[in-house]
Amino acid sequence: MSTHNENPSGDEHAIVPHGDHSLAPADPIADPGLHHDEPRLTDVEPKAERRAERQVAGMFALASLLTVAFIVFYVVVGIHPDDPHDGVDVGDVQVSNLTLGLTLGLALFLVGAGAVQWARSLMTSPEVVHERHELRSDDETRAATLNDFETGTEETGFGRRKLIRNSLLGALALLPLPAVILLRDLGPNTGGTPAQRKEHTIWAEGVRVLTDVTFMPIRAADLEIGQLVNAMPATFEELPEHGPERINERAKSPVMLVRMLPEDLHIAEGRENWGVDGILAYSKICTHVGCPISLYEQTTHHMLCPCHQSTFDLSDNGKVIFGPAARSLPQLPIAVDSEGYLVAQSDFTEPVGPSYWERTR
Amino acid sequence: MSSIVNGAGKVVDFVDQRITASNWLKRNIRKVFPDHWSFLLGEIALFSFIMILLSGVFLTLWFKPSMAHIAYEGAYLPMRDVGMSEAYATTLELSFEVRGGLLMRQVHHWGALIFLAAMSAHMLRVFFTGAFRKPREINWLIGVTLLVLGVAAGFTGYSLPDDLLSGTGLRIIEGGMLAIPIIGTYASSFLFGGEYPGDDIIARLYPMHILLIPGLILALVTAHLMILWYQKHTHWGGPGKTNHNVAGAPFYPIYVAKAGGFQFIVMGVIVLLAATIQINPVWLWGPYDPSVVSAGTQPDWYVGFLDGALRVMPAWEFYVFDHPVSLSVLIPAILLPGIILTPLALYPWLEQKATGDTREHHLLDRPRNVPVRTGIGVAFIVFYVLLWIAGGNDFFATILEIPVNWITWFIRIGIFVLPPLAFIATKRICLGLQRRDRDKVMHGRETGIVMVSPDGEFSELHAPLTQSQAYELTWHERQLPSDPGPATDANGIPNPNYRSKRVQARLSRFYFGDVVQKPTVEELEAAHHNGHGSDSAHRDELPSGQQ
Amino acid sequence: MPRSLPGRSRGSWIGRLLSSRRRHPLAAIAVLVAVLFTAGGAYAALAPSTTQNVQAASSTQIEEGRQLFAVGCSSCHGLNGEGQVQEDGEVLGPSLIGVGAASVDFQVGTGRMPLAAPSAQAERKPPSYNQRQIDSLSAFVASLAPGPAEPDEEWLDTSQGNVARGGELFRTNCSQCHNTTGQGGALTMGQFAPNLTGVEPKHIYEAMITGPQAMPVFNDNTVTPEDKRDIIAFLESVQNEPDPGGLAIGRAGPVAEGLWAWLVGIGLLIGMATWIVTRSSKA
Repeated sequence: MSTHNENPSGDEHAIVPHGDHSLAPADPIADPGLHHDEPRLTDVEPKAERRAERQVAGMFALASLLTVAFIVFYVVVGIHPDDPHDGVDVGDVQVSNLTLGLTLGLALFLVGAGAVQWARSLMTSPEVVHERHELRSDDETRAATLNDFETGTEETGFGRRKLIRNSLLGALALLPLPAVILLRDLGPNTGGTPAQRKEHTIWAEGVRVLTDVTFMPIRAADLEIGQLVNAMPATFEELPEHGPERINERAKSPVMLVRMLPEDLHIAEGRENWGVDGILAYSKICTHVGCPISLYEQTTHHMLCPCHQSTFDLSDNGKVIFGPAARSLPQLPIAVDSEGYLVAQSDFTEPVGPSYWERTR
Repeated sequence: MSSIVNGAGKVVDFVDQRITASNWLKRNIRKVFPDHWSFLLGEIALFSFIMILLSGVFLTLWFKPSMAHIAYEGAYLPMRDVGMSEAYATTLELSFEVRGGLLMRQVHHWGALIFLAAMSAHMLRVFFTGAFRKPREINWLIGVTLLVLGVAAGFTGYSLPDDLLSGTGLRIIEGGMLAIPIIGTYASSFLFGGEYPGDDIIARLYPMHILLIPGLILALVTAHLMILWYQKHTHWGGPGKTNHNVAGAPFYPIYVAKAGGFQFIVMGVIVLLAATIQINPVWLWGPYDPSVVSAGTQPDWYVGFLDGALRVMPAWEFYVFDHPVSLSVLIPAILLPGIILTPLALYPWLEQKATGDTREHHLLDRPRNVPVRTGIGVAFIVFYVLLWIAGGNDFFATILEIPVNWITWFIRIGIFVLPPLAFIATKRICLGLQRRDRDKVMHGRETGIVMVSPDGEFSELHAPLTQSQAYELTWHERQLPSDPGPATDANGIPNPNYRSKRVQARLSRFYFGDVVQKPTVEELEAAHHNGHGSDSAHRDELPSGQQ
Repeated sequence: MPRSLPGRSRGSWIGRLLSSRRRHPLAAIAVLVAVLFTAGGAYAALAPSTTQNVQAASSTQIEEGRQLFAVGCSSCHGLNGEGQVQEDGEVLGPSLIGVGAASVDFQVGTGRMPLAAPSAQAERKPPSYNQRQIDSLSAFVASLAPGPAEPDEEWLDTSQGNVARGGELFRTNCSQCHNTTGQGGALTMGQFAPNLTGVEPKHIYEAMITGPQAMPVFNDNTVTPEDKRDIIAFLESVQNEPDPGGLAIGRAGPVAEGLWAWLVGIGLLIGMATWIVTRSSKA
């Protein structure tokens, strides 16, 4: 800390108003000056003082007791089952959390409250006033500092030796590059550009549509009007158990099968053969920012995204009817295979999920 | 007592002989700290941050930041044999198999919510009282940076347990990144190590969350406090309290006892919350699966405004040479933070430009005395809260039993209409309060006693204020709009700076043009001669600003 | 039984205290449905049937149902359940031909029907009929055309359900609307997915196979009876599970938590701050 902070006179650096504000008319009321705190009950009455002392000490003592209680509860309230196979009793965890938390929390609180109460009622410090001084250094010091800096710069010849200066600046400008380059392998080196990886899912011609979680093939006759089935491609089960492939496909491939009355549908040109008897398959990944959606209202054929409330009309080719999504929900063309099970006709005809730069119209 | 002094003396002696500690201590040990409840908001933030650090270290001892896929074999039966990441499994372990583990998880999360809430409240306090003015602009900037880092710490932490909510949050981040023109897919690919979600992201967020961001926060908090210490705290004006001094309790012992005590109180309150109110029960949300979502998917409150903006944005997307540009994502997710943060960070300089005031300020402003700034602040709060409500539109739709679409439309319109209305209303309220202050100074306070004069006129009796009371209402500076001066000087030569001065004067008039000034000495005397407020007509025609 | 419900193997006092275990005595399924093969044939092609336990309901029961129907339901649904459409095209009551006994048992058993007036969504309320009357109504409607029957008791016995698997099925098929533990949530235009707390297993099952109101159908072909039993077991498990962290604040997630952090957390601490800056009382 600099010394001028403690400059006792400080007059020349004291803060004075200037500019337009000094033109202000004189203040109407004079400063009556600091009034000092009146004495507290504890300052004049020995009885009150002793009571406050007992209060503070009581809080500290109670805090100690609570800390001991914390340790006792830690030992007494077990959460581990006798037989690991049984699993935890959530009620035990609740008791443990409550008892540990209440004892520790109150102990902490009482230590704090005791200290504050000590300061409020017993510590005798008076109110203190310190003068402030303008923070800028005096002109002399500023001049001297600037002078020192200029002298140093002069001594290096930094301004004169342009060759050294420029080569140094060049070298320093390049040095951050390795730090950036080193991050290159954060992303993969194989498998094409990021955009190319977004263009395909594991859906393909003849891939069966399976119920999610239970992975059962689905016949067209299994679906009623108003039915919703959350489904995955049969190829999903062939993916390796470990590694990111499965979870990555879960972010791209899930579809929803819905069945509507054929007369309720407004099928776009070119999609006439994409469904089976009013059964349509749509991507479950929202075109806004990629939340999985399947809040399906069978009465209105609306599909709502719970993240940002984009609403798609599944009877009208997945068109957006509300919310921030700008593109229709991609539809998966489906058919029936020789055994009567629902299969994909192909992969999605457009990338699923949110818009991105390389995704052409 | 003397033994304590002796003990401390020995320590001081040891340190002093090595680093001249007494010199510095002598000047600082009785340093003055003014008292006001609003000065403790920053302390709440600091103390909750310490609680977060302590509980966070505990959590790292069990948590594994791994996305390796396993079948759960732990103690929580409703998840037995369910496939999940190790990160999620160890979060369950912390919750159900470590005594006090759930408590520490809840302490950590409540602490984080309170840390960010306290920082925000502290920042609002600094804004509304003008504590950011010269010489405290650096600390304002550090504060803004700390808030951003706090949000980053919170969001990375929210993502780590790899539960359904945290994964959905990351999915939205990915969607936001994809909207960035040209580099979007690459940015996402580098962050996630390939396709979304991959199996790298948790391990990559972990060092950010436990090392980089808290390290930066700690460093900046240190700088924040050192600057605060050096510049001395601001204080409210009042009898004996001026721009040239600082009045309050000495650092040692009062401030040490009170702030030290408050540290324990903050920790105690957070632990009590954690003991009694459940937070982020990830075992109910389930492990993250990108094909699964739950109703009521929301981020923590401090990201809520961004999510809200995403929700209410209309579906705007256009094509540039066949490439899509999703304004419906780009504006709320990528541009909005910058749109909010830039003026926030630059506000001290913007106000300086507008008012032309470059002096040091150590006295705080009462919010009513700077109606325009207060109005701007309230308008911002309204803007922010509307976005926050939008972020919970489905929650509020369920609570209020109204269609969620209505809330969305209400916010879409309200976001443009309500903040200006809030500005106007706030400014008028401030001017009204100023007028009341001025009335009080000139005519005394209203007693509620109504007098009837012999000729049947009713009037209220006014009691004069004491000097202290009157001073409390008049210690603030008289703020006058600046005058651009003449366009040409006496010799008819145009003033080259006139144009910029006129702009500045206009801005200054925006700030101070209709401020109700405290009375001048002459006005006060005139009011007193007029017979103490019985002349109600006089009070109605108050001069509005003094040009 | 390794997959017993948590908290059930070894009861804890607080677990018992906080989780009032709703063990509704499963109402006996009295009625099984007579089938009119001829009328149903065409419809069955469009709406493949779920498990149809075909047994004859007594004709007296059907007759009692017909009378109850004529008094309580026919004003909207027509005397023979054919439905009614107003002149302006508004559907007063949809046709009930082929909706099956399960649908009637669900709609009337949860008090959603009869509806006082057409509204955006019928809500759960105390039923207006007793179970015997509901069974008669079901028998009558089932006699109109084949439709989903009420589930077998076997599939409602949650003690045989796999809670963990039920959780996976619930999160995939149900949580998008009903939230992760069945608290419900908002849908479009004022519709909502109802809270599932305290709903009888039979009614949950029936809702899945009949798809009441906006809810889609999850018939037994794609979500098997075992799957449904697991789902119901999961719901029962999480809804009976105590909240280990303390007050659940609706299990509503971050919005509620944010409100509590501001109102209670910051509120309390500011209260403490105002106390800290004062001195103790004056003499």
